[in-house]
Amino acid sequence: MTNTYRDSGRAGLVDERQFVDILEERRHSSDLGHALRTFNPHPYQGAAPCSAAELNKAVLEAQYLRYVTKEIAMETGSSVEEVRKEACGILEEMSQNLQLGFIRLMGYTLTKVFKRLFTSIFVNMEGLNMLQQAIQETPVILMPNHRSYVDFLIISYILFTYDIPVPVIAAGIPLAGMKMVGEILRRSGAFFIRRAIGSDKLYWAVLSEYVKAIVRKGYAPMEFYVEGLRSRTLKSLTPKLGMMHMVLEPYFKGEVFDITLVPISISYDRVLEESLLAHELLGVPKPKESTMGLLKASKVLQEDYGTMHVNFGRPLSVRQLCHGKINRCQYNLIPRDLPQKPTAEAQACVSWLAHLMVRIQEEGSLISPWSLMACLLLQAPITVLTEEGLLWQQLTEKTLWLRKLALDYGARLNWSGQAPDSDVMSSAVALHCSIVHRKAGRVYLVQEEELARKRPISLEEGVTRTAAAVLMLASYRNQLLHVFVRPALLATAIHITKSTQRNELFTFFCFLQDLFSYEFIFIPDKLSQDFEEACLLLKKCGAVHISQQEVTLSDMGLEALSFLQALLQPFIDSYQVMFRYLSEEGVNVFTEKQFLPAVRNLATKLILSGELHTYEALSSDTQKNVLSALRRLEAVTKLRASEQNEYKVNKAAVRRTGDILSGKIPPQMLQTTPDARL
Amino acid sequence: MLYISTKYQIIRKDFPFYLGKTAHGGLWVQIKNLPGHLPKESPSHVQEIMKWNGWGYSDSRFLFNKKGQAEFTGKRYRLSGMIIPGLKDWFECTFGASLQHKTPPLLNSSAVQPPTLNEAFVEELKSTGIPFSQDAEDRVFRAHGHCLHEIFALREGKFGRVPDMVVWPNCHNDVVKIVELASKHNVCLIPYGGGTSVSSALECPPEETRSIVSLDTSQMNRILWVDEKNLTAHVEAGIVGQDLERLLNESGYCTGHEPDSMEFSSLGGWVATRASGMKKNIYGNIEDLVVHIKMVTPQGVIEKSCQGPRMSTGPDIHHFIMGSEGTLGVVTEVTMKIRPMPEYQKYGSVVFPNFEQGVACLREVARQRCAPASIRLMDNEQFKFGHALKPQVSSIFTSFLDGLKKFYITKFKGFDPNRLCVATLLFEGDREKVLQHEKQVYDIAAKFGGLAAGEDNGQRGYMLTFVIAYLRDLGMDYYVIGESFETSVPWDRVLDICRNVKARIVRECKERGVQFPPLSTCRVTQTYDAGACVYFYFAFNYRGLSDPVQCQNLHAAREEILANGGSLSHHHGVGKLRKEWMRETVSNVGMGMLKSVKDYVDPNNIFGNRNLL
Repeated sequence: MTNTYRDSGRAGLVDERQFVDILEERRHSSDLGHALRTFNPHPYQGAAPCSAAELNKAVLEAQYLRYVTKEIAMETGSSVEEVRKEACGILEEMSQNLQLGFIRLMGYTLTKVFKRLFTSIFVNMEGLNMLQQAIQETPVILMPNHRSYVDFLIISYILFTYDIPVPVIAAGIPLAGMKMVGEILRRSGAFFIRRAIGSDKLYWAVLSEYVKAIVRKGYAPMEFYVEGLRSRTLKSLTPKLGMMHMVLEPYFKGEVFDITLVPISISYDRVLEESLLAHELLGVPKPKESTMGLLKASKVLQEDYGTMHVNFGRPLSVRQLCHGKINRCQYNLIPRDLPQKPTAEAQACVSWLAHLMVRIQEEGSLISPWSLMACLLLQAPITVLTEEGLLWQQLTEKTLWLRKLALDYGARLNWSGQAPDSDVMSSAVALHCSIVHRKAGRVYLVQEEELARKRPISLEEGVTRTAAAVLMLASYRNQLLHVFVRPALLATAIHITKSTQRNELFTFFCFLQDLFSYEFIFIPDKLSQDFEEACLLLKKCGAVHISQQEVTLSDMGLEALSFLQALLQPFIDSYQVMFRYLSEEGVNVFTEKQFLPAVRNLATKLILSGELHTYEALSSDTQKNVLSALRRLEAVTKLRASEQNEYKVNKAAVRRTGDILSGKIPPQMLQTTPDARL
Repeated sequence: MLYISTKYQIIRKDFPFYLGKTAHGGLWVQIKNLPGHLPKESPSHVQEIMKWNGWGYSDSRFLFNKKGQAEFTGKRYRLSGMIIPGLKDWFECTFGASLQHKTPPLLNSSAVQPPTLNEAFVEELKSTGIPFSQDAEDRVFRAHGHCLHEIFALREGKFGRVPDMVVWPNCHNDVVKIVELASKHNVCLIPYGGGTSVSSALECPPEETRSIVSLDTSQMNRILWVDEKNLTAHVEAGIVGQDLERLLNESGYCTGHEPDSMEFSSLGGWVATRASGMKKNIYGNIEDLVVHIKMVTPQGVIEKSCQGPRMSTGPDIHHFIMGSEGTLGVVTEVTMKIRPMPEYQKYGSVVFPNFEQGVACLREVARQRCAPASIRLMDNEQFKFGHALKPQVSSIFTSFLDGLKKFYITKFKGFDPNRLCVATLLFEGDREKVLQHEKQVYDIAAKFGGLAAGEDNGQRGYMLTFVIAYLRDLGMDYYVIGESFETSVPWDRVLDICRNVKARIVRECKERGVQFPPLSTCRVTQTYDAGACVYFYFAFNYRGLSDPVQCQNLHAAREEILANGGSLSHHHGVGKLRKEWMRETVSNVGMGMLKSVKDYVDPNNIFGNRNLL
């Protein structure tokens, strides 16, 4: 039962026959014809079509919302009618208004856009067929990863093309604010959720009733991003549990027989927002979503973005997944529509499922040759990339080596054997001419010219300039981190502790997993399995011998071992910089707004002095992750009374964490219980 | 009888009633006086008129005749001797079964183990003159109830542990003697009433090493007195439902307690399992009907000292007895409330566009507390099943009329024949009130899209209840097995539990390799202020399966019920089939309470059927 969610024997080179290029047909037949095609999907059995107005009415009349309304009226002293009106307003702002006409319009526009941007959009037909089946049997939740704004409507587009009910989609409220576009999205099935809802009880109530009503009615699949938002680093994000819980609750409470989760992995050869994202990470603020912005971005549309893969995962039965994980009898003694805090058991189950979905998304995503190359480029010294150039020969040889390792580790590579390998790598570099360029047998990092032209740039600006390119490279590396992260943690543990004792390595492995829990996504309470997997994979590439007690190095796999260890080095270095800042330079109490620029300055200084070798320390994402990790380890605490999100640091604890990470404190000194906090 | 025959005119033989017409044109019902039922001289006689490996009377069964048409044999029921043209198609389409593939029962009854006798007990019993038997047939007949697995095993000629002897006490004092002797000689006693248990309650615990004696109460079947001033009757507990009603009817009274098994089940069994009757809305369930109970236990006789209608004397000791499932003693005599027979009775039915509307209507009826004597809601599958059981119609006019009705409902009113469902109603009381009541209920139904669909449909619905058990035997002749089970659940969960349990059955069957989707259907059979009783049926074609009984997945279905807020049982009881869930059902402390009662009343586990705890 535990492995039912795994695709068996599907790893490795991707069988291209399974994937169909949906743009192929669009290039040969009329776009308008496609938009006006007969759309006659088969929804969840017995589910009557439900108009937006009917849905909203059902939500407002729900007993649950009535309870909450009454409660809030009592607490605030306002009348029930006033609270109800407010709820109406929230619902109005939130609700989708899915209309077939707009789906057609969207279909027409997207065909035009997609054809311009992508050479092809590959979709796995097997997954689509299974989805079609599943949709007729239970309510379906579509759970794609989110790497680009482009993928917002891609699922709807595909489902429309293949006569499957189009989904309603959870979207961030900023999208709703865009003139026209917001309304078009709304009518294409988007519903809008505010960011940072915090403790707004009424808002939570309306949202959760809305989501649950959609799931219960089951007339359309629901799509949402379990990661909450678009990942700026192309790395998976820690899943958000609120929405996941709302979606699952109708099953927990027996309001539906089952719910089907369909993980969807969307992978890009090249992401539209690559440069924008890198700059955001460096502290250049994200432009507000606006229609004008969208139009301005149209120059982005002139470029080539290669192919996009949409991989529909195997539909998963929530009922099967939750078997033995949740006792549904817990809802027997209290009216089900009474507002109730979820039990620890329910929370754990939701969290587990959410993490599992992220893991499956990762496993289902396709890794491009470019990701392999980006990985290796990042491991070259920065001066080589910016000045001397990396030998093409060297890069390609190493890339082929890495390709083999990745395949051994079960990665799904988008690297067909049909074209010669050299052509594949050349075209990958050509596609990413915004990041690297190839000249005279060497590869160089592209530095932004705009900045350079205006005036002679300062040293600090030079750092930022290089950092932008490095962060872009890093984002493509991040696409394949999940393949290597477990053995890499073990390789790092071996490297830092110099230990061969299995239990010591396990302790350190747990420490690393805990420390990097915001960096890499692990399914909770699966430490031993992760460790076993790491051992197995290291053994597979000949790097270690494994016995009951010991993990000993072998001469055979030094190359793999050093690659894996180098893969995590930027993270370790970045974390150490921030530990250093917090434990030595910074003040005891600070806000996030103060913290980010301060560590950025420190990192820049260290890079310039040659002490720090990674530019990734400049990424605000990494910086925030460090804060979260330290909070988790209770070395940093959030001050409750503070209104501005102030943090208080325990310098000794931070220092100790840094010392463990650098190997100054041997693993014997760590507590051996895996979940023990430091 | 005189009273009735002057005032009423019998219009047709019915099952298990006589159906007649009153002078006012209303219908009345009279329990039939069945000939040859349990003559006192030969207690073993019952096997001759009842099947030993199936349901009900030997002369009544479904079969497919040479033309491939279904018919129901015998003369006892309304359907008896009739051709049922729609059944074959329904049977073949629903189960993917074929009349070519038969699975007749095996008839070797030689495999019964020789009895383990306690000689000292037998000797002393002989001296009391109470009749007993060690005959294999007598013993096998009392070794089972009517769970699917029990009947299936019998048909395959498999008998597990069976009682070692059967004893037939004739009165309360006989029981006292038997229990004393059993205690003295450490013999295990298993009380046996009508044998209609569906909880494995009658199964002999295989680990029992003592001699097991089946205590058959069937000879204690007299009405000892009727108290017309207080409207009570004092009855021996072995009396069977239909006999009790018939005898009381003769003096113009009834108990109104009509469980679906009333042809065969006994008063003592009702008390021991907390039974529920179809017309509980008027008469109440068994716990509302009993005024006084006498039970013989190894510690002596337990009873109350008076017949006060309600008492505040600590926890009601009746509630230790009711639902004790034969683990504490034998119920020997019961004082029950009786009522004058109703002047007027009328069936009815309502068609709803879908099950959701139907449930909403029943809920509203319960809210307004205006439920008729019986109100039941069948789902779409059962509605179709009911249709398949229509006997051949005699006139072209009737069939034309049926066609017209169907046209009206599906085409004119736009009901989807694959979604609509039907509620069956039974009204009872004086004529004026019945008609008024009827109007009230139909008015409520109309608010939920319900259309009155005639008396005939209603009546057929109730008939279904009685013949469905016979149908299971027919299915078993052709690789189709089926089972039913029930629960009670709060109103807001009714729809969810119906959907989820039915879906669970379908999914479990699929996962266990059942080739053809099972028939998975339910109905709401009772309404209460705070909830309803739901009854599930399922059946499937088991060709190609190695262990069909395992595939029935009662366990999974019950877990689904519990996870959806349903109870472990509404009226079937726990027995051994459901006892694994008792602890979570009543909590640790509750379990301890029950155990300590058992430990006090029966420290040597004389009543060792191991039900419940």
